[in-house]
Amino acid sequence: MKEITGYERKDGRFGIRNHVLVVPTVSCVNGVINRISREVPEAVCVTHAHGCGRGGLRDLKILFRVLSGLVHNPNVGGVVLIGLGCEVSSTKALYPLIKDAGKPVDIFNVQEDGGSMQTSEKGAAAARRMLAEIRTQQRMPLSWDKLLVSMECGGSDAMSGVTANVAMGAVSDWLVEKGATVMFGENTEMIGTSHILARRAKNEQVAGEINQMIDRAEKLTRDTMGDLASLVISPGNMDGGMSTIAEKSLGCIFKGGTTTINQVVGYGEMPTEKGLVLQDGPGYDGDSMAGLAASGSQIMFFSTGRGTPAGFPALPVVKVASNSRIYEAMKDDMDVNAGSLIEGKPLAALRIEMIDLMIRVINGEETKAEANKMDVFTFMTVNPPM
Amino acid sequence: MKDNIMLIHHRDNVAVALRKLAAGEKAAAKGVDEINVLEEIPASHKIALRNISAGEEIIKYGETIAVCTRDIKIGEWVHTHNLESKRWKK
Repeated sequence: MKEITGYERKDGRFGIRNHVLVVPTVSCVNGVINRISREVPEAVCVTHAHGCGRGGLRDLKILFRVLSGLVHNPNVGGVVLIGLGCEVSSTKALYPLIKDAGKPVDIFNVQEDGGSMQTSEKGAAAARRMLAEIRTQQRMPLSWDKLLVSMECGGSDAMSGVTANVAMGAVSDWLVEKGATVMFGENTEMIGTSHILARRAKNEQVAGEINQMIDRAEKLTRDTMGDLASLVISPGNMDGGMSTIAEKSLGCIFKGGTTTINQVVGYGEMPTEKGLVLQDGPGYDGDSMAGLAASGSQIMFFSTGRGTPAGFPALPVVKVASNSRIYEAMKDDMDVNAGSLIEGKPLAALRIEMIDLMIRVINGEETKAEANKMDVFTFMTVNPPM
Repeated sequence: MKDNIMLIHHRDNVAVALRKLAAGEKAAAKGVDEINVLEEIPASHKIALRNISAGEEIIKYGETIAVCTRDIKIGEWVHTHNLESKRWKK
């Protein structure tokens, strides 16, 4: 077994990357972020569409949990936070959640820092300074129990649940055995499997939380989709051989492996248990990835059959193709070909290949999505804009 | 003979076709006795690994995915025409 290494953070967690994150509190200042990104391309600059103009506090809480979760993510070594000044999600309101991040966090507000151009200059200077500062940090040996690995599936096809997710499940079981934490979300893709997941819960309380989470997901799906709710399993799914929602969901939950479920966390919340953990997050890939990253994941596996190139800012995302056709067709985007199982490669051999790749990625090798800078940043919202 | 179906869990009574299977072919996978394919089975669809009676559960991933609505013979296609969901009724 090869050694794994990472950057030790003040809170005891380890990053496997050392990025400077440049992030806005509100969409009004996205232009400032874009300017900084042109001036300091080595920084991880993200924009989003939120921060103001929504009724109810739930969206604000989600936004703050996502932003503070990303600031705290151990792959982030320093943060430049850009605010406007008059927004609901102001830097001042966010500050209490990030002041103890244990890493440099510089805050600028466009209305107080001389407008967009001067704020861009200040933000770029801060990002450059932080990059120089954190470059001196050395990688240290890292134990597997410091690792939070997320499992995601998106752009699925009929083989996703047969090849890619089964292979990722085998890696999940290996990681849990090594003492790591493995997490997956996408509650809509758990519908129909309550009894199976609840049976695997470590105690009655966790079993109850699993049932409640999936019941809520099913109710929300029925309420929002009405007569179309059954399309959660779509005609396309059925053409591909899926017969029931339980069958489709089983293919999804297989990516987390077969071990005991030790905890259910909310969207973007940090797990406190090791082993397998479920996240109460949405099925949409982009929103789901943000929740998993905000929870502190350092690395993610992402299975796809139709082929999505999506990665995530500051987080290496390992793309697992479910079939050889899409692996070949999107070779620049795919890291693993789980379609090889169809051609006769034993699961044990594919698992070893994926673990080797994971170790190389942990130690710094770029995934395809990282090299291509295919970062996607979007997150869950619950209310319409007002 | 090269595997052309996949058994996901040892408890399963169906396997997944790795390519389109034609009637009259043999289907084979690790952990499964060779079976005769009785009708065309599209790629990634399910084939019965044993006779399944109406009312019996269809097992895939080691779990119940549906209930069989009419007798299915070993080697037949298993899909929405001969099973129903236990829960998601329109």
